[in-house]
Amino acid sequence: MLKDFFGKRRKYATIPSEQGKLDVPEGLMQKCVGCHKIYYRKEMKKHMNVCPNCGYHHPLTAWERIDSLFDEGSFVEWDKHLITGNPLNFPDYDEKMEKDRKKTGLNEGIVTGKGTIAGQATAFAVMDSSFRMGSMGSVMGEKIARAIESAKEESLPFIIFTASGGARMQEGILSLMQMAKTSVAIKRFSDAGGLMISVMTHPTTGGVSASFASLGDYNIAEPGALIGFAGRRIIEQTIREKLPDDFQTAEFQLKHGQLDKVVHRHEMKSLITTLLEMHQKDGVIS
Amino acid sequence: MKHVLEFEKPIINLKEKIAELKRFTEDSELDLTDEISTLEKRLADLEDDIYGNLKPWDRVQMARYQERPTTLDYIDKLFTNFIEFHGDRYYGDDEAIVAGIAYYNGKPITVIGHQRGKGTKENIRRNFGMPHPEGYRKALRHMKQAEKFNRPIVCFIDTKGAYPGKAAEERGQSEAIAHNLMEMAGLTVPIVCIVIGEGGSGGALALGVGDHIHMLENATYSVISPEGAAALLWKDSGLAKQAAESMKITAYDLKQLNVIDRVIPEPKGGAHRDLDQQAAYLNEVLEASIKELTDYSKEEILEKRWEKYKQIGEYKSVE
Repeated sequence: MLKDFFGKRRKYATIPSEQGKLDVPEGLMQKCVGCHKIYYRKEMKKHMNVCPNCGYHHPLTAWERIDSLFDEGSFVEWDKHLITGNPLNFPDYDEKMEKDRKKTGLNEGIVTGKGTIAGQATAFAVMDSSFRMGSMGSVMGEKIARAIESAKEESLPFIIFTASGGARMQEGILSLMQMAKTSVAIKRFSDAGGLMISVMTHPTTGGVSASFASLGDYNIAEPGALIGFAGRRIIEQTIREKLPDDFQTAEFQLKHGQLDKVVHRHEMKSLITTLLEMHQKDGVIS
Repeated sequence: MKHVLEFEKPIINLKEKIAELKRFTEDSELDLTDEISTLEKRLADLEDDIYGNLKPWDRVQMARYQERPTTLDYIDKLFTNFIEFHGDRYYGDDEAIVAGIAYYNGKPITVIGHQRGKGTKENIRRNFGMPHPEGYRKALRHMKQAEKFNRPIVCFIDTKGAYPGKAAEERGQSEAIAHNLMEMAGLTVPIVCIVIGEGGSGGALALGVGDHIHMLENATYSVISPEGAAALLWKDSGLAKQAAESMKITAYDLKQLNVIDRVIPEPKGGAHRDLDQQAAYLNEVLEASIKELTDYSKEEILEKRWEKYKQIGEYKSVE
């Protein structure tokens, strides 16, 4: 073809592999979402992803959260082997899941297990919003229910850190039913005298907010976290009214009596440690 | 009939044609009896074909149909001496949910259900059956009372979902729904939940944790409306029909997914065609449920309820 003589045609292109992306260190610098100031990523990490300037709480991955709370080497993961089975045969779902498994190194948007926090044993669950927005499907429900049952059997407290956009559309009604399933598990645990602490981090919305996240004996949140049931846009369309900027923030929920406390990430471990101490079964201060 | 559902149009057209022919024969000498009977036969076939093969999107329209019987219609047909009680004792009375006590087969029961309005005025009063937090709290108050007096609980589910409003969020929509789920899990009396129309998301589930869950044949139950799902997944709410197919929201789908216990049949053409017949179908299933569940001890009820919910969900195991 004549046109082949003209113009530059690239014969080869380098497509970075998914694995390659994982290996490459992330950018050296990070811009704060809150105040747009630029920081060394290392420095931000040192502050547990809280902006040293404005205090904006950036997300933590599940394992970063575990590291921020648990005594070194004490955490044992449960049920890592569970993965979703695409129960509705939903188009593109398997591919999306596979992509996020590769991206995050997790099998699902939640890690459960047990370990010790300042020497005190506890069962634990933490959601990871970088995996499908922390959305809840069958696997998440099952892992939470199992963790709660284990806590009940081993007479451990149960602590959960939530971060989720809500139910996972691709599992339809089964996602909705995980709200019921986890709530039934919590009821059994609560009736047996178990202590449950729920810590809502950004974002905790939809079906997660309307089930286990709200069912702790103590419901705590990180500053600025988005917490609510219906989405802002849907509410604005429904009531044809602009909502205030602080609508559905942790501070908004605190003001409306929906939370026990809003706690800075740097104070979180100390608060949880004290709460665990105050609920030791023998009630003795050591 | 006031409204025509999209998929019913061929039936209506044919019916009109037959009526026209009949009128015509009355005024003329022509004998069209054969033609008419052929058409009537074709009408019967067409009805069987359309109503026998309803697509998920057809059922969505059926479930939302303005003329479809509501909670109060069924209460009227199934129970006697219904007394409605109001208010959550914290904030107000939410008329999107009705609650009270009645006799069922001579025994007292507590009955709770979402209530849509029949016309515009009533729909505004009842907020189109979309509850605020005080609705769920009213429901829970009645459930606790049922437990105290050892009465079974019947819940009718019929809502587009929780009301997405500012006030609902301010008054703790999430907490109210979550609290109902947890408390229903622990009630020591039988709970039978029946989806009669739309079962929309958390607003439906807040009356939906029970020992037996049934659905009318043309009811739907889903995590989000087909329009909402299409908007979220494909950024186009116009793809609602496609979403309705993918989301598995019909009674038969839910039966297959092991989420519900029984599919309650509807008269041909839907519940609104014959309320008495529909109530009879519903009664048969409700009666069997109550009979079975009242045989269990309190401990058995709680254990079975846990077993029921524990198994919901599908997953695989990898090493």
